[in-house]
Amino acid sequence: MNYMIGAYLVIWFATFAFVFSISHRQTNLRKELAALQEVVIEQQGPQ
Amino acid sequence: MNRSDRILTVLTVIAALGILGAIVMALWVAPDAVGLTRDNTFAQRIIYFHVPSAWLSMLAFGVTMIASIIYLITSKRKWDSLALSSAELGLIFTLAAMASGSIWARPAWNTWWTWDPRLTTYTIMFLLFVAYFMLRSAMEDPARRARFAAVYGIFAFLSVPITFMSIRWWRTIHPVLIDPKEGFGLSPSMMSAFFFSLGAFTLLYVVLLWHRVRLEGSREQLEVLKEQLDR
Repeated sequence: MNYMIGAYLVIWFATFAFVFSISHRQTNLRKELAALQEVVIEQQGPQ
Repeated sequence: MNRSDRILTVLTVIAALGILGAIVMALWVAPDAVGLTRDNTFAQRIIYFHVPSAWLSMLAFGVTMIASIIYLITSKRKWDSLALSSAELGLIFTLAAMASGSIWARPAWNTWWTWDPRLTTYTIMFLLFVAYFMLRSAMEDPARRARFAAVYGIFAFLSVPITFMSIRWWRTIHPVLIDPKEGFGLSPSMMSAFFFSLGAFTLLYVVLLWHRVRLEGSREQLEVLKEQLDR
């Protein structure tokens, strides 16, 4: 039974690691994007 | 929330429910295999997730190959994003299939690993797609990177049919689940759990790919903004 549990854990660990990685990267990108958008708007403002 | 967000949310929920259903089918609904030791009877249930993981790895690399061909024809960046996203998923599911297969092999073959043709070709396929990412990270210019990666992605995909056919072409100890002569190697009640799991995993792949492609879209948006700032 340990082998079965081990195999299932490995598959779900890989899947959740990927989901977590996407979510983490998305959060970082959103933050960076929001900061950059503000800078772009500030730069374009006086024109 | 726009229409595509709503569809993606619904699909994500369905995929999560599908995976829960697949776990129930694999662990409780599917019958025990007959004539195996206690350890092997439990280990046999690994196939309900091991085979779908292996299928997804090959499907993902197939999508990478098709997206790469379309990128070379159209030069549109969205196809490069799709190829990259699918290759990343392919690697994740390759790792999951290799690890779960190795755990299954311990009670079934009395070893964690052996250089059987299927395991060898699968490892080569994995390494070829690891190299795909190394190639991408070695290039700065996005257009050049996408072009080289597309050509390499098509070449690397050649390992997929060889891996798939390896257990049919060469002498191997790896089980052949679908044999043109002997039919399907599972009982009908096992087959329903197996195909349910295969469907749930395929939907999971579609959902994860969609999320990953959106992430790539955000990253490209960021690059455009950075370019605007540099001007």
